Amino acid sequence: MFEIRIHSRGGQGGVTAARLLAMAALHDGKYATACPFYGAERRGAPVVSFVRIDDHPIKVYSQIRDPDLVVVLDASVMDTIDVLNGLKKGGNVLINSAHKQEFAGFVTRNVDLTGIALRENLVVAGSPILNTPVLGALAKMGICSAGSVKKAIREMFSDERNVKAAEAAYKELIA
Amino acid sequence: MDIIAEIPKEEYVKKCTSACAGCSSSLNLRYVLKAAGPDTVLVVPACCTSVIQGIYPNTAMNVPVYNVAFAAAAACASGMSNAFRQAGKKTNVIVYAGDGGTLDIGIQAMSGAFERGTDFLYICYDNEAYGNTGMQRSGGTPMGARTTTTPTGKTDAKKDIDAIIAAHDPPYMATTCSAYPQDVFKKVQKALTFRGPTFIHILAPCPPGWRYPTEKTIEMGKLAVKSGMWVLYEREYGKLTINAPSKAAMKKPIPLEEYLAPQGRFKGIDAKTVEILKQRIQKNLQRLAAEEAAP
Amino acid sequence: MKKIATGNKAVAEAIKQANPAVVAAYPITPQTEIVETIADYVTSGQLASRYIPVESEHSAMAACIGASVTGVRTFTATSSHGLLYMHEMTNWAAGARLPIVMANVNRALGPGWNIWAEHTDALQERDTGWLQVYVATVQEAYDATLMAFVIAEHNDVLLPVMVNLDGFSLSHIMQPLDTVEPGDFIPPLHLPHAIDPKNPTSYGGLTGPNDYFRFRWDIERSMRDSVKVIDATQKEFAKRFGRSYGFTDDYRCEDADVVLVSMGTFGKEAEVAIDILRKEGIKAGSMRLRWFRPFPHLDLAGKEIVVVDRDYSFGSGGILAHEIKAQTKKDVYSVIAGIGGQEVTYDDLADFVRKRRMGTEFWFGVNTNV
Repeated sequence: MFEIRIHSRGGQGGVTAARLLAMAALHDGKYATACPFYGAERRGAPVVSFVRIDDHPIKVYSQIRDPDLVVVLDASVMDTIDVLNGLKKGGNVLINSAHKQEFAGFVTRNVDLTGIALRENLVVAGSPILNTPVLGALAKMGICSAGSVKKAIREMFSDERNVKAAEAAYKELIA
Repeated sequence: MDIIAEIPKEEYVKKCTSACAGCSSSLNLRYVLKAAGPDTVLVVPACCTSVIQGIYPNTAMNVPVYNVAFAAAAACASGMSNAFRQAGKKTNVIVYAGDGGTLDIGIQAMSGAFERGTDFLYICYDNEAYGNTGMQRSGGTPMGARTTTTPTGKTDAKKDIDAIIAAHDPPYMATTCSAYPQDVFKKVQKALTFRGPTFIHILAPCPPGWRYPTEKTIEMGKLAVKSGMWVLYEREYGKLTINAPSKAAMKKPIPLEEYLAPQGRFKGIDAKTVEILKQRIQKNLQRLAAEEAAP
Repeated sequence: MKKIATGNKAVAEAIKQANPAVVAAYPITPQTEIVETIADYVTSGQLASRYIPVESEHSAMAACIGASVTGVRTFTATSSHGLLYMHEMTNWAAGARLPIVMANVNRALGPGWNIWAEHTDALQERDTGWLQVYVATVQEAYDATLMAFVIAEHNDVLLPVMVNLDGFSLSHIMQPLDTVEPGDFIPPLHLPHAIDPKNPTSYGGLTGPNDYFRFRWDIERSMRDSVKVIDATQKEFAKRFGRSYGFTDDYRCEDADVVLVSMGTFGKEAEVAIDILRKEGIKAGSMRLRWFRPFPHLDLAGKEIVVVDRDYSFGSGGILAHEIKAQTKKDVYSVIAGIGGQEVTYDDLADFVRKRRMGTEFWFGVNTNV
């Protein structure tokens, strides 16, 4: 089983990213579950979502304790949240960042999701949309296939800019 | 629904009611149902009428009656009306509730049903106390009246449920009184011609509650209207019409004392309270007259 | 049709198929998505129901009652305090013999405000005459809701059915969902006592001491008869749609020495614990109880029983533990865990089995063995 924890802020679409990832995994023929950990919903408050991907039905509902991959959609949550908590030794970090960041002991990948979203004019209520481009980055990392990512995005969104942003992130992911 | 001038002979309240002698509700019900006809369901929350129907396995009622919990009448009616209309049926859905189930515990559901534009008629027969449980005060009890929970006379004023209903902007609302059965009949008929929520508030003098001899129910109702303590009027799409008996009362009211004196519930009422009641009556009549005169 | 959906969405999808004439509901976390999705289906024309946005849960059930007695299919959903607020009317619905279906998203009770999963809300309704099923996956939430209408509306039952989902753990988790075309799996509703102005009847009027008890016995008799109906409905569902459900969901119980009994999502996570225990040489099994009312006969002969209650009856004990003790006449190890959304992992569940002391009660996190 592959476990992913996604950190974001309320209103940035972290929950949707989890859903899209699960949908893409399903299209890849895998079994997947996605769940946010909810407190009182507030714009701007830190939000955590969990995604599990496996070849067999997933029976676990409790929170992910030792993820294989941590995704950080908003680096500012790291001021208050220990996003690396429990991350498996040698595990992966995918962080939304314009410049290269490193976390010792882990494999870190950077992609400027915010920059891509702004370039593609993927902005809603003043906030850049991060949940569709991040799927492109995850596809590049091999978590799910590019084809399934596009399929999942198109099932949820009619605006093709979402797919374009995902394709851009796929290209621009800094290994 | 066609308006008919003559009151039909058909009775829908048959023998074996458990009503008190002189009960306004059983009188009202006969005229309500004559106006509504057989394609009608009454929704009845806990109130005297729950008991008046009779006891299993008998019922005095010759229309379907859905008995429901105290707070729930208007909500139940809301579901029922929506179900009938969804099925293309025109069946009248009429809530028939006491003042407790309307002004107090039932107000939330009633307000919600009105706010949602529910197609139903809400009738509140008001005996100004919780009659079924032995005459405790309700929001509808007038100031100065003795009840078992206001043994020296209620100090708070009667809740103006008509103003509250008017604020919901119903297509039709009216006040009437069981002492004027033809008026009850006409208003129920009229209400049922409107689509959407309609409201009829019937003053229902109550011999055990108001403490007067059982044969004087009609007289009490007439005194209430003649003194101005109860006003007969209608609002059609918000346009007020004060009915003739109250117009007459406004011109030449009888002294309030003539209404209060024969009722044991007002025994020992002090002069100050009587004065307050008189002022409130005046204020109310002026307000209504001004509203009626307004363009 | 394969898709991914939350538990809440799965319930709403089932409602789309069941096509009730009237839905009356009030929002409450974590049920809200059910109500919003149904409202969306209605306004977008996907569902031909009348949606009544009532002003309270008490009114929601009252409205369902009023609609149901005209002989049409009705549905509502709630949680926690909403369910408690409805309690007078849930009693009324069962007493009035109305086949209303309700989804309850299990949530803890305040004060303090707690929006996370706990079963006490629904279990406090256990005396009302409602049938109750507890589901553990998104697929099961969908399937059980479809079956609920068939069971409730069966002439031998005519009692309301509550489908329970763990708040957030199941209501908000996204899992694969395969929707079906029910066809005639859900037959049209024929309510024998539907209102008919041509045959006027008074409903629920004054009933004296010489008669009333007969109506209460009638409810119990139908509750007992519902066992056969539930069984037949689940078998028919399996035949038509290929997914099999029983009164319990048993995992490795046949040769087990000790069985872990629980309800809801814990019952699925427990299977992971069972696999861990088996590797250690402990012959454990998991029995996830699905139907709480009617309480089914449980096959626990010769096994030690560890019960996980996500609920409590103060001054008495875990509610599930009590029911099991009453039926089996055996001592159990009663664990109280998951209260107010308390995190319980498969490691914790395995530990409950390892550390069991029969005849005692253990409050997880409090470390008190009673």
